[in-house]
Amino acid sequence: MPSKKGIVRELIQQRYSYLFIAPCVILFSVFVFIPVIASFFLGFTKYNVINPPQWVGLDNYRQILFHDPRFWKALRNTGFYVLGVVPIGIWISLLLAVAIDQKVRFKNFYKAIFFMPVVTSVIAVSVIWKWLFAGEKYGLINYWLMKFGAKPIDWVMSPTWTLPAIMIMSIWAGLGYNMILILAGLQTIPKTLYEAAEIDGAGDWHKFWHITLPLLRPTLLFVVIMSAINSFQVFEQVYVMTGGTGKGVGGVLDCALSLVAYLYERGFERFDMGYASAIAYVLFGIIFIITLFNLKVVRSRQFEY
Amino acid sequence: MMKIKKNLGRYIAYVILTVGALTMAIPYVWMIITSIKPIEEIQGYPPSFYVHHPTFMPYQELFSILPMWRYLFNSFFVASLVTICNVFFCSLAGYAFAKHKFFGRDKIFLLLLSAIMIPYQVNLIPGFIIVKNLGWLNSFYSLIIPNMAMVFGVFLCRQYIMSIPNDLFDVAKIDGCSEFTIYRIIIFPLIKPALATLAIFTFLSQWNSFVWPLIVIHTSTMRTVPLALSVLNSQFGANFSMVMAGATVVTLPVLIIFLCLQKYIIQGITMTGLKG
Repeated sequence: MPSKKGIVRELIQQRYSYLFIAPCVILFSVFVFIPVIASFFLGFTKYNVINPPQWVGLDNYRQILFHDPRFWKALRNTGFYVLGVVPIGIWISLLLAVAIDQKVRFKNFYKAIFFMPVVTSVIAVSVIWKWLFAGEKYGLINYWLMKFGAKPIDWVMSPTWTLPAIMIMSIWAGLGYNMILILAGLQTIPKTLYEAAEIDGAGDWHKFWHITLPLLRPTLLFVVIMSAINSFQVFEQVYVMTGGTGKGVGGVLDCALSLVAYLYERGFERFDMGYASAIAYVLFGIIFIITLFNLKVVRSRQFEY
Repeated sequence: MMKIKKNLGRYIAYVILTVGALTMAIPYVWMIITSIKPIEEIQGYPPSFYVHHPTFMPYQELFSILPMWRYLFNSFFVASLVTICNVFFCSLAGYAFAKHKFFGRDKIFLLLLSAIMIPYQVNLIPGFIIVKNLGWLNSFYSLIIPNMAMVFGVFLCRQYIMSIPNDLFDVAKIDGCSEFTIYRIIIFPLIKPALATLAIFTFLSQWNSFVWPLIVIHTSTMRTVPLALSVLNSQFGANFSMVMAGATVVTLPVLIIFLCLQKYIIQGITMTGLKG
């Protein structure tokens, strides 16, 4: 144990280290750590930015959990969205990743094309899809639906179809990201396993079901969790899809209201900052639980490889 | 027989990939086609991929009703500055965390790392209040300063620098180089690949950033391009060719960067599991 004087001398010697980490530490403190704590306390207040915050105890949380049908609507919508986007998106990504992993030509071309939406602004993706989904007459998707004998769907304005439209778009946009991660997982599976199975006379389907899937499990779990965390935070797609309909952030009858969209509306359109902070913490809680699973999975991933 | 069966799998793969690639490409193609279509053709039935009289009118309209050059400048300026700051700050901190021994190092690093778990929505409201009290609303400060360092960047740099052998800079230390000189002439050049990944990611995520600008920018001249696009969508939503022209303006720069630097981006995702 060094003496007090020793510690001071050490600190002076280490001044460069502290200087080097100072910018990051200061920035993170002011714009991440202080806000996280502030948000926690704001959740127990009523605050409209103009008047000073007023302590209301657990009122916000009580209101959210027991008396706010719009919050539950938002939670239901978000849950429905996550349960749709995550499994469907990952199954399609898996299919694509396995296809690319066959000895096909133009691998990099395919990778690039699937990856484009990941680097495209979500706002741009959303306006493009809004236009694809648009009206009965000139929207491309409805035109094709009719060509195949189905009825056109009022994707953007009908309460039933807005959320599924957003989900289709999000699945499309997320394929590349999931696919790249799954592909990386596929490439860690030793080829000798497949060769051994072939000698034993296993078919493609067998190899996929008994070698690929079990060995890919950690990767898949990781992708599921990342995808679930991202999906729980869906906002921009909703904002754009329902924007300009004059029905608020959630669209007709709140049909597409997501948790973050509701948070945005309460916080930044109605300046109910205390209430919005409480919603933020509920969201944090949900994501935190998923993250805990994530940490467990990451740990098991390290042991497997 | 064996050969046909072996090839069958590959043919199926080609079919899947081609269908998939078309599904990916069509929205982009449709965006560009719509952006050069005159109104009559947009309203014509059936919708067609062939443009009879291509026109740049939607772009001219777009640039005349909104100060798009200004928005492009805003986005470019913010994204560039944030990228430069991130590369500098994250590599400095990454170096200290990787190679220095100082009091509380691991605890501070773990604390920083824990920030990755915090969803950004939790910070929005206090962040807004802080920025408002600093008088930074509607200014470049609010767009740049809170984003000048990312946890992901520090982590990436630290991991990369840890793999550099100590002997390299022990010699420099004996020669009497200062810590900053070591950073400048040894660390910085050696971690350029990691910094390239970090720079591309930061630039892309800033260029595409929407929620934070939406909250701190309320004046028309300070908008970034994605904000402008969302305004177009809500105010001129019916003018599809113009909205698609806007979407093209937002998307093309990023797609060009991506196609040129694909290798780094895909590598970066695989390495870190993080999104741009």
